[in-house]
Amino acid sequence: MAATVALLGAVTLACGGGDDGGPPTLNWYINPDNGGQEALAERCTEEADGAYRIETTALPRDASGQREQLVRRLAANDSSIDIMSLDVVFTPEFAAAGFLRPFTEEEAEPLTEGVLEGPLEAAQWDGQLYVAPFYANTQLLWYRRSVAEAAGIDPAEEPITWDQMIDAAEETDTTVAITGARYEGYTVVINSLVASAGGQIIEDPDAGREATPALDSEAGRRAAEIIRRLGRSPAAADGMTNAFENEARTAFEAEDGGFMLNWPFVYSAAKSAVEEGQLDQSVVDDIAWARVPGVEEGEPGAPPLGGINFGIGAFSDHQEEAVDAVRCLTTTQSQIEYMLGEGNPGSRAEVFDDPDIREQYPMASLIRDSIDDATPRPLTPYYTDVSGAIQRTWHPPGSVDPDSTPADADDLIVGVLNDEQLL
Amino acid sequence: MAATSERTARARDEQRLGWYLAGPAFGVMLLVTAYPMLRAVYQSLFSYRITDPDAREFVGLRNYVTVLTDSVWWTDVFTTVFITVVTVAIELVIGFAFASVMHRLVFGRRTVRTSILVPYGIITVVAAFAWRYAFDLNSGFVNDLFGIESDVFANRWTALTVIILAEVWKTTPFISLLLLAGLAQVPEELGEAARVDGATWWQRLWRVTLPNMKPAIMVALLFRTLDAYRIFDTVFIMTGGAENTETVSFLAYRQVISRTEIGLGSAVSVLLFLSVLGIAALFIKGFKTDLSQVRGE
Repeated sequence: MAATVALLGAVTLACGGGDDGGPPTLNWYINPDNGGQEALAERCTEEADGAYRIETTALPRDASGQREQLVRRLAANDSSIDIMSLDVVFTPEFAAAGFLRPFTEEEAEPLTEGVLEGPLEAAQWDGQLYVAPFYANTQLLWYRRSVAEAAGIDPAEEPITWDQMIDAAEETDTTVAITGARYEGYTVVINSLVASAGGQIIEDPDAGREATPALDSEAGRRAAEIIRRLGRSPAAADGMTNAFENEARTAFEAEDGGFMLNWPFVYSAAKSAVEEGQLDQSVVDDIAWARVPGVEEGEPGAPPLGGINFGIGAFSDHQEEAVDAVRCLTTTQSQIEYMLGEGNPGSRAEVFDDPDIREQYPMASLIRDSIDDATPRPLTPYYTDVSGAIQRTWHPPGSVDPDSTPADADDLIVGVLNDEQLL
Repeated sequence: MAATSERTARARDEQRLGWYLAGPAFGVMLLVTAYPMLRAVYQSLFSYRITDPDAREFVGLRNYVTVLTDSVWWTDVFTTVFITVVTVAIELVIGFAFASVMHRLVFGRRTVRTSILVPYGIITVVAAFAWRYAFDLNSGFVNDLFGIESDVFANRWTALTVIILAEVWKTTPFISLLLLAGLAQVPEELGEAARVDGATWWQRLWRVTLPNMKPAIMVALLFRTLDAYRIFDTVFIMTGGAENTETVSFLAYRQVISRTEIGLGSAVSVLLFLSVLGIAALFIKGFKTDLSQVRGE
């Protein structure tokens, strides 16, 4: 017993350390990266000139693990979370639960100035800004120039549809790679497809538990048709049903690679692979990019939205300082540094005008426009359940049936949200 | 007369001392086991999410109805029972073989016993990672050795096979140790007498050795079955519950921790607890009839 008490005392001391004298320490829970956020923390600590110190703590590697840890801590009113890096899909859940301190209108202004449309929409809940947009992400259509030429298409000049893309791959004996494993990346694909077909997964995400899913619609069935077609096509990349981002990239870089939907990191990854001697320069030279394909001819594709935003803990003892810190961490300059170092696109339009960025990312304008037009995944506090229900009903791609899968998904979403079914 | 009352006074004092000594431990036990259990039972009667505390409402036994009428629960129960039955059966046979070897050994006993115990000493998560990497599609040496070209974790039955193999590898030592203790209790003379009467090795095993170590077998079976039924780590590391390899513990974990569905998750946990109790009750019942049979002889 005595030992336990002593141990608890030590833990309390460790947590409270830094409060006695000196500038307050802001604890920033970050998603693991290659040191980019740590570097920003150092710079902003310096710029604060003694007003506060920022210390980073790494969360688990995957987004769901990050959410689990943050939810557990915040549900227990953990005051040690001053700033948190939050995946874009969790904002409504955290905001609705009262875990985030909303920004006042005055504070919001500099944080949202020049921020692209997609990330700005996803950073709000109930008309208020709950997280400061930091990096945004989107997918592009990556294709091999030689394959497109052989198939007689030019996606960069003339937008193509999913069907045209699969046709072209089948004709040229090449593949289409998507993130088809049963995980969040697959929901990204489905959300984008449904949005491209003019529909949405949830009609009224604001309604929370009572929300009405809308997959059983013309758009949902069209999305299902395409997924089914790709799943059963010889053009489906090897191992598509287990492919995460990196597996899709490997399939695209292979000899029979043709088309791929993926985040911009694939371009710098391919370039590093060349430097390490694992990939031929001719492959990188052959890589071209365009906006993600649409569903119907003449209708542009709906790019997905990803990214990380910064929230302030509702139970933090240093909220004023945290707001200042977040302002410093999300400036255009910070976003440029981060994009150059980590390969994750900024959320402000200005970032993409930077000469260094334009040199490193020849497709910077396309990324910017795609982020601006991006369709966020359903902005509902129950996002994890909605996504889980879609993954369960729509996987594997080849088994999707346009007549039943969208309706099954709707039923499962309703059942799960109302505690009538397990997930 | 005086002596008796003195003795009862002393007995009373001893009993009191006993309570003083054991009381704190008992209190702590109540605090750390009974309280969470009762709390889980209470929580299971609500529809309640951590991220939506205002919507918490009393729903009675509805969560239990939801769980018990859901195919996910029954798939998971089947998976768990399958893993349990196959694992324990294999372990019992191999464990008995190990125990016999250890029992017969004349020299090097300690070394053999220690080395057989090594897998049991390895942390389950570490062991699961080792097995996962051994069967990894790209870097696993097993796939290379047997020319397996598909991902073993991408199919329910091959994934379950690897999970079972890892479990067997890890916990057979435990069962063999318990069986070794049982073997040591079988009187040597019985075996010798049977041999003199012309009984074969097989007959001696089935008619003499095994019946005499039934209690030890029962204890080993009970412990391992309860353990295997609660399997979590290996599945978590190897497949994350994909391809219908999810077990009941995993289901409870996902509802409570991932989905923060405290009500529904607690209902799953309570049902898991009840099934463990049921298994224990079944075994103890079997165990008791054995004891009475032994006494009746």
